[in-house]
Amino acid sequence: MQKEISTKKIFSKLLEKFETISGENTFNCYQCGCCSAACPVASEMDLLPSQVMRYIQIGLTDEVLNGNTMWICATCYACQARCPRGIDIATVMETLRQIKLRKNEDWTVLGKIDVDELNKLPPIALISNLRKMTG
Amino acid sequence: MTENKNDKKIGVFVCHCGINIASTVDVDKLVEEFSKYSDVSHTENYKYMCSDPGQKLISAAIKKHKLNGLVIACCSPTLHENTFRRLSENSGLNAYLCEIANIREQCSWVHEDKTEGTKKAIKIVKTIVEKVRKNESLTPVEVPVTKKALVIGAGIAGMQAALDIADAGKKVILVEKSPSIGGHMAQLSETFPTLDCSQCILTPKMVDVAQNPNITLYTYSEIEDLEGCVGNFKVKIRKKARYIDEELCTGCGICVNKCPSKKALDEFNVELTTRPAIYVPFPQAVPNIPVIDKENCLFFQKDACRICEKVCGPKAIRFDQEDEFIEEEVGAIVVATGYDLLPITEMREYGYGKYKDVINGLQFERLLSASGPTEGEVRRPSDSKIPKDVVFIQCSGSRNPEYYKSYCSKICCMYASKHAMLYKHRVPDGHSYIFYIDIRSGGKGYEEFVQRAQEEENVVYLRGRPAKVYQEGDKMVVWGVDTLSGQQITIKADLVVLAQAIIPRNGVEELIKKLKIQTDEHGFLSEAHPKLRPVETNTSGIFLAGCAQAPRDIPETVAQASGSAAKALTLLSIDKIHHLPIVATVDEDLCSGCEICIGTCPYSAREIDEEKKIAIVNEVLCEGCGSCVSACPSSASQQKNFTDGQFEEMIKAILE
Repeated sequence: MQKEISTKKIFSKLLEKFETISGENTFNCYQCGCCSAACPVASEMDLLPSQVMRYIQIGLTDEVLNGNTMWICATCYACQARCPRGIDIATVMETLRQIKLRKNEDWTVLGKIDVDELNKLPPIALISNLRKMTG
Repeated sequence: MTENKNDKKIGVFVCHCGINIASTVDVDKLVEEFSKYSDVSHTENYKYMCSDPGQKLISAAIKKHKLNGLVIACCSPTLHENTFRRLSENSGLNAYLCEIANIREQCSWVHEDKTEGTKKAIKIVKTIVEKVRKNESLTPVEVPVTKKALVIGAGIAGMQAALDIADAGKKVILVEKSPSIGGHMAQLSETFPTLDCSQCILTPKMVDVAQNPNITLYTYSEIEDLEGCVGNFKVKIRKKARYIDEELCTGCGICVNKCPSKKALDEFNVELTTRPAIYVPFPQAVPNIPVIDKENCLFFQKDACRICEKVCGPKAIRFDQEDEFIEEEVGAIVVATGYDLLPITEMREYGYGKYKDVINGLQFERLLSASGPTEGEVRRPSDSKIPKDVVFIQCSGSRNPEYYKSYCSKICCMYASKHAMLYKHRVPDGHSYIFYIDIRSGGKGYEEFVQRAQEEENVVYLRGRPAKVYQEGDKMVVWGVDTLSGQQITIKADLVVLAQAIIPRNGVEELIKKLKIQTDEHGFLSEAHPKLRPVETNTSGIFLAGCAQAPRDIPETVAQASGSAAKALTLLSIDKIHHLPIVATVDEDLCSGCEICIGTCPYSAREIDEEKKIAIVNEVLCEGCGSCVSACPSSASQQKNFTDGQFEEMIKAILE
């Protein structure tokens, strides 16, 4: 399917929000792919970390927010340790989680989550949830 | 109207610069303001003062109103000061009575509010009017030119520049730090995109240099000191002791063969092999005279051996030889100090240099070279096996502002393709892979060369920068990515070749300090203007060639070296140059002869007049930097047309 893109869609309120929370300039990334080469869990992701950056650069944010990359990311910082442009990619992932999580419940009581459901959740989602509304 | 207290008749001309100035500065208001001054005899504004009609109206006004001072309110003096000073001179007014008030770069371009911009423009012009009131007519100082050039560095850039200058009939002093001329080009195997043998095209030029009667070659020599300025530099060269009598040595090589100390890392083979303590860098070296490396010589270290001395037929070994100092006078200098590669030991993600089979591009050149340690057979350093899978990693240390160098090293795209191609020629059943970020193949025949590697030579191009390289058994594992397919990639390689970032030549900082020229943030030499003065430095008479300025390939280096030579020749072909007359001057009544200025002057232009016991100025040497003026405790030293009195009035004008 062809994707229609526009500068209006790229330089959106969402991008502004994304850059405010993450503190990163999206267009700093020049797509060398070193983060993706370094990522120990990229094989489980439907978009590589460098592809996530690219999708944001061309305004395909819905695809990123509905993808699994940010939930697979374990915040190990292998990507950030190598990024030649000094982009904190782990924080980019956390930013995406925050943007997604802010749309729903503001507070989760861990004890009330069903054990089966807890097992299914990516641990990083819980962590992000607890960090919610702090950054 | 203020009273005209002096006999000045100043003209103030305000340029609109189209809308560049006029949109932020009320040019009519400026004319109105300055017409109130009693000593401003004429003022007007015009759309483009630098245009022909603009210049004509200034010229006409100078003659009609008999102007004896000129203020042009326009762009930066770096652009049109010459235009208007020449115009002034041609219209019968001394050039140094004409000054520029910069109301574009320093006013209209940096402001938006027209009222505020106009106010500031008035202040700027006012200060210059104050300056012009007290400007004197000056005559340029005439200086004779020493018709000889100095070229520093004898790689392909320095050799080309030296040959061009010498072929034009001018004498050249060519100074090379290492024992032979040739530079990095002598180390290369074949050159892109035509794959001609590097040594085959280089060595004839080396011989030309050696045989040219106009070139005096000092190898194994360095610049010790430099004084003087454009047209008349005085250079002191340190000719390091080779411990060989150059007159007697026949270059037979017996000493080299018999030397028992063979542990020193061979610089020419980029440390892939070792060499004796007495050595000639490579067979075609110019001059073909060995050097004793003191650090590795058994005689110098342990007072033993002396075998070379015993076997030398013509008795040319001189253990007591000392560094020699040579003084030369030259009119122009070409700096061609070349490059080095960023050390692999700095590459954290590729093993900090601990893996023998992770090498740099120059080392791979030696492995490919017929004159190399393996005579052109590609064998890896760890176990001398022929590698069957070779990975080439581009941008290793380049385009990486976070950890290494932010710039593109420019030549790696091409040489990595060449490496992969030549490897396939040497090892037909081998596999080569290139990790790239972007392929930059701008150049005649370059893109076709890369296409040939992909289409005909079966080189696999993978788009992405590898994240790490580590050892597993006798393999080097490369963790990469191909961003085009979105796949993480692992390759088990036998050899990894890193296209290391190009950096300025090791130790060049010391030389730069002596030459008093500027570098950019990375240590590459700065050109006077990136577009219009690309081979000149900001120091008049000093020119640039080759990778000392920025990474570049051989054709571009040769072209630029010829450009530098042409610039140097322009200077050497005139008999006298005109030196800016804005030099220091001394009020003999005020000078106490304290000599503070002598220590302060970076150009050795101040000296004591023994008879009068005062410090005088050598106008030929004075560059008008003003150091002595600010250091003088009794205000006896003043700079012509930049006197304390002028500055006081200018400051008052701006504070009004």
